[in-house]
Amino acid sequence: MGMTIAEKIIAAAAGVESVKPGDIHTVELDRLMSNDGTTHLTIDMYNNLKKPHIADVNKLVWIVDHNVPCDSVKTAASHKKMRDFAKANGIKFYEGAGVCHQVMMENHVTSGELIFGADSHTCAYGAVGAFGTGVGCTDYLYAMVTGHSWLLVPETLRFNLTGKLNKGVTARDLILTIIGQIGANGANYMAMEFGGEGLKTLNMSDRISICNLCVEAGAKTALMEVDDITIGYLKEHGRKPKHSFKSDDDAKFAKVYDIDLATIKPIVAKPHFVDSVVDAKECVGIHIDEAFLGSCNNGRIEDLRAGAAIIKGKKVHPLVRFLVVPASAAVYKQALDEGIIDTFMEAGAIVMNPNCSVCWGSCQGVIGENEVLISTGTRNFKGRAGHKDSFVYLASSETVTASAIKGEIATADMV
Amino acid sequence: MDKFTGKVWVLGDDIDTDIIIPTEYLALKTVEDMAPYAFSPLRPELASKIKPGDIIVAGKNFGCGSSREQAPEIIKTLGVKCVIAKSFARIFFRNSINNGLLLIESGQLHDVVTEGDKVTVTINKCIEHNGNEYPIAALPQNLVDIINAGGLVKAMRKLNGLD
Repeated sequence: MGMTIAEKIIAAAAGVESVKPGDIHTVELDRLMSNDGTTHLTIDMYNNLKKPHIADVNKLVWIVDHNVPCDSVKTAASHKKMRDFAKANGIKFYEGAGVCHQVMMENHVTSGELIFGADSHTCAYGAVGAFGTGVGCTDYLYAMVTGHSWLLVPETLRFNLTGKLNKGVTARDLILTIIGQIGANGANYMAMEFGGEGLKTLNMSDRISICNLCVEAGAKTALMEVDDITIGYLKEHGRKPKHSFKSDDDAKFAKVYDIDLATIKPIVAKPHFVDSVVDAKECVGIHIDEAFLGSCNNGRIEDLRAGAAIIKGKKVHPLVRFLVVPASAAVYKQALDEGIIDTFMEAGAIVMNPNCSVCWGSCQGVIGENEVLISTGTRNFKGRAGHKDSFVYLASSETVTASAIKGEIATADMV
Repeated sequence: MDKFTGKVWVLGDDIDTDIIIPTEYLALKTVEDMAPYAFSPLRPELASKIKPGDIIVAGKNFGCGSSREQAPEIIKTLGVKCVIAKSFARIFFRNSINNGLLLIESGQLHDVVTEGDKVTVTINKCIEHNGNEYPIAALPQNLVDIINAGGLVKAMRKLNGLD
């Protein structure tokens, strides 16, 4: 019986020949990522253990990204707890280097690994064919202390991509379309696997953007076939694959979707659900107060380039705050080298340090009562970006930048 | 915990973790401090009205969104006996067990129940409401043990003779 990519990674991590959906296996974890969202809680629990110890400190990566730099005394205390613990125990620690998933992709993740992250968007690592899955801090603690955990083998939804995205249409429009189609729990407990000829037309930034958002359909993980683009990306970052898995020809999928990339259009997800998607044209003209270009979903150099190409020589609408937040320090530096930061600042954008920013409604750019944000962030839940009575529309870097110029929702062809 | 009866609070589909506890309150020191703000974007009055032993009944995809473990912790802190939903998001499901919050899937109850009704849950058997019985799946004993102990860490401490 053939296996899917998810099944092959779990089998390898469990040290067994084959697995099938519904089986529960004890698995060795390759990496354990945690950020300042919940690490302080993990430390409190750890200190309460009888014989606290870390199974393999080399597997741990801790990243301060959600509230950096600190915005309050309370946050400072939580960061200090995390920083001191990391130092005392020799844990790889980043602060200000960028949003955790971008930092992990740039520096750590490789194909075929099994990774727990104490953050729901850990599924982003599937872009290089790694099984990343989000867990809470108790599951994280257990894995940190024992080096392993248990996993239920998920069923897999397979997405066969063909064709090529049209100009002005992005990978984010693709994944929002898919989430709209299958619903916010359409992949609950399942793996979403992407392959086919169309995948070869998508670069690594596109792939991260797609995998990152799969949790918004409830997915346990997202996985892409390893190809020349994957190997090239890893090589560029000084890494080699652990495994280069593809699904077997006779692998069993819960459902197979065939998607022609040429049929995808610019999409907007309306408040307050990520699967509440419509053709972007249906939202044109909706007033906005703030626009956000950034996050682990769309803060890479490719996104900043796309935004800069649209806004170059133009101005941010006088009544709009346009927040531009590179996803990592490496992205920020690259954008500086390319003159992209100059372009945004000349247009009147507010360029900020790499962090999660208004995507999770803390630290920077929080919106007030009845305000409207258009965002490349990951979620548009009620109150997600600030006041409980505020509104978040999700869209691509192109649509967000065009909207910042117009002061209302607009697509790139309108500016 | 084999059988219990509780008053029901009814919520809809896709109750996300930012509804359960908005980001701005996560910086508060303890879950007890956060608890009054539970569900505040949707129903600001709810946290003050929930009494120990009450039951939350919701639609599909309860707990979708973030991996923040404060979400199930806060529901438990409010004294909620269990959450009964059409389905749960997977990270929230694991986090709930790890924090000793009982979750029960029922595809039917949400469609027939009204806020304020009383329901009786018999673990591993059924939910009774208005004279009707709705079957529920059995929980493996190891998960029941974790929930009864108040979560995974407490269960491990008990197992190791620490508590």
